[in-house]
Amino acid sequence: MADMAAVTTTPTSPPSARDTGRRFSFGRAAAWTAMGLIVLITLLPFYWILRTALSTNAGLSTDPANPLPVDFTGGGFARALGLQSAEEAIAQGGSGGGLDFWRYLLNSVIVSTLITGCQIFFSAMAAYAFARLRWRGRDKVFGLFLAGMMVPTIFTLLPNFVLIKQLHLVDSLLGIALPTLFMTPFAVFFLRQFFLNIPREVEEAALLDGAGKIKIFFRVVLPMASTPIITLGVLTYITSWNDYFWPLMVSYSDSSRVLTVALAIFRAQTPQTGTDWSGLMAATLIAALPMLVLFACFARRIVSSIGFTGIK
Amino acid sequence: MTVASSSPPSRLPPGDTERVAPVREARARAHGDGALAALFIAPALLGFLVFLLWPTLRGIYLSFTRFNLLTPAEWVGLDNYDRMIHDPIFWDSLAVTVEYVVINIGVQTVAALAIAVLLQRLTQSALLRGIVLTPYLMSNVVAGLVWLWILDNQLGIGNEIISGLGFDRIPFLADETWAIPTIALINVWRHVGYTALLLFAGLQAIPNDMYEAARVDGASEWRMFWRITMPLLRPVLAVVLIMTVIGSFQVFDTVAVTTAGGPANATNVLQYYIYGSAFGRFQFGYASAMSVALLVVLSAITILQYRLTRAGRSDLG
Repeated sequence: MADMAAVTTTPTSPPSARDTGRRFSFGRAAAWTAMGLIVLITLLPFYWILRTALSTNAGLSTDPANPLPVDFTGGGFARALGLQSAEEAIAQGGSGGGLDFWRYLLNSVIVSTLITGCQIFFSAMAAYAFARLRWRGRDKVFGLFLAGMMVPTIFTLLPNFVLIKQLHLVDSLLGIALPTLFMTPFAVFFLRQFFLNIPREVEEAALLDGAGKIKIFFRVVLPMASTPIITLGVLTYITSWNDYFWPLMVSYSDSSRVLTVALAIFRAQTPQTGTDWSGLMAATLIAALPMLVLFACFARRIVSSIGFTGIK
Repeated sequence: MTVASSSPPSRLPPGDTERVAPVREARARAHGDGALAALFIAPALLGFLVFLLWPTLRGIYLSFTRFNLLTPAEWVGLDNYDRMIHDPIFWDSLAVTVEYVVINIGVQTVAALAIAVLLQRLTQSALLRGIVLTPYLMSNVVAGLVWLWILDNQLGIGNEIISGLGFDRIPFLADETWAIPTIALINVWRHVGYTALLLFAGLQAIPNDMYEAARVDGASEWRMFWRITMPLLRPVLAVVLIMTVIGSFQVFDTVAVTTAGGPANATNVLQYYIYGSAFGRFQFGYASAMSVALLVVLSAITILQYRLTRAGRSDLG
C-alpha cells in the first residue's frame, strides 16, 4: 500500500466506566473468542518464521507439521549471514549463493536513517515556514504541496528512475534515498497542522526575550513538537525500511542492495533441492526484527497516536 | 497521505487559530520573514519540484513518446494509448487488478471494522492494539514470503492442516483461480490492523454517553452497532475506504515475490505489467501510458473521496 500514514496526536480516552462491573454474557464470551482468534492469526506467522528458521531443511521435509523446530539448529541464520562456506550451505539445502545479509542490513540502516532524518528535518522547516512565517505566495505554494499529495508515489517512480539514471546515481544508496530525502507532502502537511496548534504566546514570549526565529524554531517549536515528530519519524523509518519497488528499480549490486531486495533474490536463488526455507525464514527474521524492536520502544506512543481526520 | 491532523477534536481547527489573530498578522506582514522563509522552504521546495512535480509532468510527457532509456525519447503522439486500448494483456491485467482490489478491500474493511469495534466495546487495551498492528511492521516482501511458506503445497503448515482434516491440498499460489484471492488475503493480513486502528480512532470520537443511554433503553450491542456506531462512523469509513482502495490498486511487491505474475498471467496486476514493460522490454513510453491510465483511475477515486467527505460530515458535527 502507498504510504498514507495517518497520524494524530490525539490521546485515546482512558478506560471508561463501561468496562467495569460487567457480568458474564454469552455475547461477550463470543466476542473475546473472536478477539483471541484474531490475535492468533496475527501472531502465529511470526512464530512460524522462528520455528522454521531454527529447523534444518531435511527436518522440515520429513516432519512438516511439527509445531516445534525440527533438528534444532542455527544453520539457517549462519547461511543468511554468510557465515557458512558454500559447500556447507549446499549440504544443508542452501544455494551457496553467497548473500551477505550483514551488508544489506547495513545498507537498509543507512538508507532508512538518511531518509528519516533529512525528510523529517526539511519537512519540519517547510512546515514552520508555512505555519508561522509571513511571506508572499505562501498560500499558493502550500496549495501546490497539497495538490502534490494527490499524485500517487507509484506514478513518479518511472520518471524518477530516468532522472536518477541521468544523475548517474543508479545503484547507489544516495540514489535510493534521494527522491524522498527532502520531503513528502504528507510530512509537511502533518507537521504544519501541529505547529499551527502551538500557542503563539509561547513563541512571542521567546521573541520578547530576544530570541530570533531560527532559535525559536530549534529551541521552542521542535521540542514542543517532539511527540508528533517521533511518531512521524518511526512511521517514516518503517516505511523506508519496508520499501521494495523503488530500491528494486535502482539497485543492481551488493553495494546498494537493501534487505527487501535481498530477500526476494534469496527466494529466487532456489537450489536444486527445493527452496531453502530454513535460511529464507532466518533472513526474513533478520529483516523484520529491527522494526519489531523499534516499534516495541515506541509502541504506546504510536498506537495511541494513529488517528484520523479528513483534510478540510 | 489523505488523512492527518494533529488537532484533538476538542481544539479549534487550525484555520480558526489563525483567524483569531488578525492584528498580529497585519503587524507581522509589515516586516515579513521573506529571507528566512526562503531558507526554510528551500530544501522541501527543491525536493518537491525535482522529485515530485517534474517527474509527474515528465511521466505524462513520456506517455506520448517512444523511449527505451538509451536513445532520446521520440514523440509518437497517441500511439501508446492506441496500442493500450488494443492490448488484451492490458485489459486482462486491469481486470485482475480490479478483482484483487475488490477481494482485498471487501475482506479488509469488514475485518477491520470488526476488530475496531471489538477494541472499542470489549477493551481499551493498548497492548492488544499494538499486537494488531505488528504485521504492518513487516514489509510486503516479508509478509509474502511467510505466507508463501505457510501455504506451500508440499511442506506448508497450512496445507498440512488442510490435508490433516481430510481435504485435498490447495495449490494456493500456483493455481489460476486461487492465486489472486490468496494474494489479496495475504495483504489483508498485513494491513488490516492499521486500517482497524484508523477506524478505532474514528470510534473514539463517538461519545460514550450515547452507548450508555442506549443501554438504559435496553438496546443490544448488535442494535447499538447499527444505530449508533455505523451512522456516526460513516464519514470516517468513507475516507478510510477510498484511501485503502487507492493503496490497493498499487499492489506490486507481494505479486513480485510470490507468483511473479503467474501462473499464466493470472496475477499479472497492472503495476507488475507496467514494471515488466519498462524494465523487462524497455518500453518506457508504453509503460508511462499505462501509468497515466492508472493515475486517471486513482484521481477519479480521489475526487470521489473529497465529494464523499464533504457530503458526509458526521452527525456529530
